[in-house]
Amino acid sequence: MKNYNLTHLKELEAESIFVLREVFAQFQNPAILFSGGKDSIVVTHLARKAFHPAKIPFPLVHIDTGHNFPETMKFRDDLVEELGARLVVGSVQKSIDEGKAAEEKGKNASRNVIQTVTLLDTIEENEFDACIGGARRDEEKARAKERFFSHRDEFGQWDPKNQRPELWNIFNGKHNFGEHFRVFPLSNWTEMDVWQYILAEQIQIPSLYFAHEREVIWRNNTWLPVSDFIQIDENEVVEKKNLRFRTLGDITITGGNESEADTLEKIVEEVAAARNTERGNRADDKRSETSMEDRKKEGYF
Amino acid sequence: MSESQQPTANSYLDMELLRFTTAGSVDDGKSTLIGRLLFDSKSIFEDQLDQVKQTSERKGKSEVDLALLTDGLKDEREQGITIDVAYRYFATPKRKFIIADTPGHIQYTRNMVTGASTANVALILIDARKGVIEQTCRHSIIASLLKIPHVIICVNKMDLVDYDETVFSKIKTDYENFASKLDVQDVRFIPISALKGDSVVNRSENMPWFEGSTLLYTLENIHIGSDQNHIDCRFPVQTVIRPQTDKYHDYRGYAGRIAGGIFKPGDEVTILPSGFSSKIKSIDTFDGQVDEAFAPMSITMTLDDDIDISRGDMIVRTNNQPEPKQDIDVMLCWLNTKGPQPRMKYTIRHTTCEAKSMIKEIRYKLDVNTLHRNESDKNITANDICRVQLRTTRPLLVDSYRRNRNTGSIILVDEGTNETVAAGMII
Repeated sequence: MKNYNLTHLKELEAESIFVLREVFAQFQNPAILFSGGKDSIVVTHLARKAFHPAKIPFPLVHIDTGHNFPETMKFRDDLVEELGARLVVGSVQKSIDEGKAAEEKGKNASRNVIQTVTLLDTIEENEFDACIGGARRDEEKARAKERFFSHRDEFGQWDPKNQRPELWNIFNGKHNFGEHFRVFPLSNWTEMDVWQYILAEQIQIPSLYFAHEREVIWRNNTWLPVSDFIQIDENEVVEKKNLRFRTLGDITITGGNESEADTLEKIVEEVAAARNTERGNRADDKRSETSMEDRKKEGYF
Repeated sequence: MSESQQPTANSYLDMELLRFTTAGSVDDGKSTLIGRLLFDSKSIFEDQLDQVKQTSERKGKSEVDLALLTDGLKDEREQGITIDVAYRYFATPKRKFIIADTPGHIQYTRNMVTGASTANVALILIDARKGVIEQTCRHSIIASLLKIPHVIICVNKMDLVDYDETVFSKIKTDYENFASKLDVQDVRFIPISALKGDSVVNRSENMPWFEGSTLLYTLENIHIGSDQNHIDCRFPVQTVIRPQTDKYHDYRGYAGRIAGGIFKPGDEVTILPSGFSSKIKSIDTFDGQVDEAFAPMSITMTLDDDIDISRGDMIVRTNNQPEPKQDIDVMLCWLNTKGPQPRMKYTIRHTTCEAKSMIKEIRYKLDVNTLHRNESDKNITANDICRVQLRTTRPLLVDSYRRNRNTGSIILVDEGTNETVAAGMII
């Protein structure tokens, strides 16, 4: 007898496509939060599959901290053009100029925390009622309890203790005016699933994920890329290293791993053998034990 | 576990997905068991372990507390309890596993129900020293109500009863006597020690009398191919795809996820509730047309005839149709602190369909510890399970939950707060 069972990647794909179609059906004005990282690229790819042969019915929203890897920006623009999608950019610099957000000071300053201000403003200005993100439950302990459809109040805040129960595949996106939802189609994917899927589907990703030579300094136990946005101390040495990035965030907080993995196959092997989580190189998660939970409550991605 | 038991690039493309739920209280070893499964399958990373070590030290614990790996929110860590459902992931070369880790206390029945709603397997822990207790019954009753296809009873802490076969046998007999009242088809028993690792991943040298499989082997090999309904063809339409481009000028595709049965191009289908009939012209995906589609695939269907079809409609095989019903008998799990109000109208959601509904009658409240039906106490609040009759504003195309979890389940939404207040299994 024939085996009517999907492989796990096909089942995850089917689940994500179902979620994306629910967003389209249940909301007036949904958008994809697009960071240029692999997870939001996979979400965008799945959205393309979900509505084929029609175009993606969601604009891509990029919260631009100004501290970008140039490679990510080029990738973003190329993808938007290929998809024929609408791009909405929320500028953190503008939030700072308007006095809504204050720049952090000091050596380890970043714009990671204050981009929440810009994100919430962008959601409000554009009246988005659903923002689709690439977050996964395996990423971080606060995210392990996140729903597929996650409610945000009129201040954009998340109340982890008062989440709507989510049963079977019945999603409840009902909300009042001014509230919105964050939706996470990749909730059940792991880092390994994402890489395997990128490999299987041959999805284009920024060159930063592949091993390349780059000028870096050793700081906070990771190789931090040299850029115009970081201050280099006298005792810090700029070195050239062959490395790649496992996640992509702002250039000021994203550390690289020394690596020779310059193909998707080699990356998959490297991820399979990794002994540290992918966010281990992210300075934004290291500020405290509950930094993700705290930021999420405020309305962070 | 040896290195070769980790997924490799090749094995990864042939893996299946298995979802299981664990329910338990603080001290029955649930966290230790999950910690061991994650740890032995190398799903715990060094930086996660370092963080747990640091926290254990700060709390003055002499050993690394693996339970901390499964704690999420700040309140939970401070109080040392699990409040909400947490999802965990691990993989072996055969399968990827999703664990819905839920608290076991009665006040968290709703979270157990949530975790159970998507599970293929329920993992129920029994402390070998305590045997079958009220909590065991509660977890089993919930697994039975939610129709989890497979139940694995782990008799844990066998190390504390000298790995004694008679202890295990007595618990097995006690459980079987109790479970005869339940609707569970497939129950298996495994004596384990989560702490020492007996029969979890590796066969136990301490229990040569046990000839069954280890827990991990069972999870890897349990047959889940029949967990979905592949008989009754049900396709709830999520949305209609109309590209309106030059290339796809007349394209009209019905997008959705197969909820049951196997559809093929050429099949005679009926569209409900309108009752029009047509034939399937094609089953489309981004990767091309497919020659059959079955649950839980997400596909787009095109039909031979132009028929007005929209979200909430259901495409079924002409010779096998669900029942359109306005009076629906449901086993309801109440999820909200505010109980059902008399004459109050709730939005009811069933597959992709939405209507208004009213609770016409509460028949009885079910005691989840004993299965006792209480017909006199009809005061329903959070975590209560009750049998009710619902009246809906329009007919819903339902199957019994026992026949199909996808087309036999509903939720109720409070129209004032928009909260999901109840979840129901259609009888």
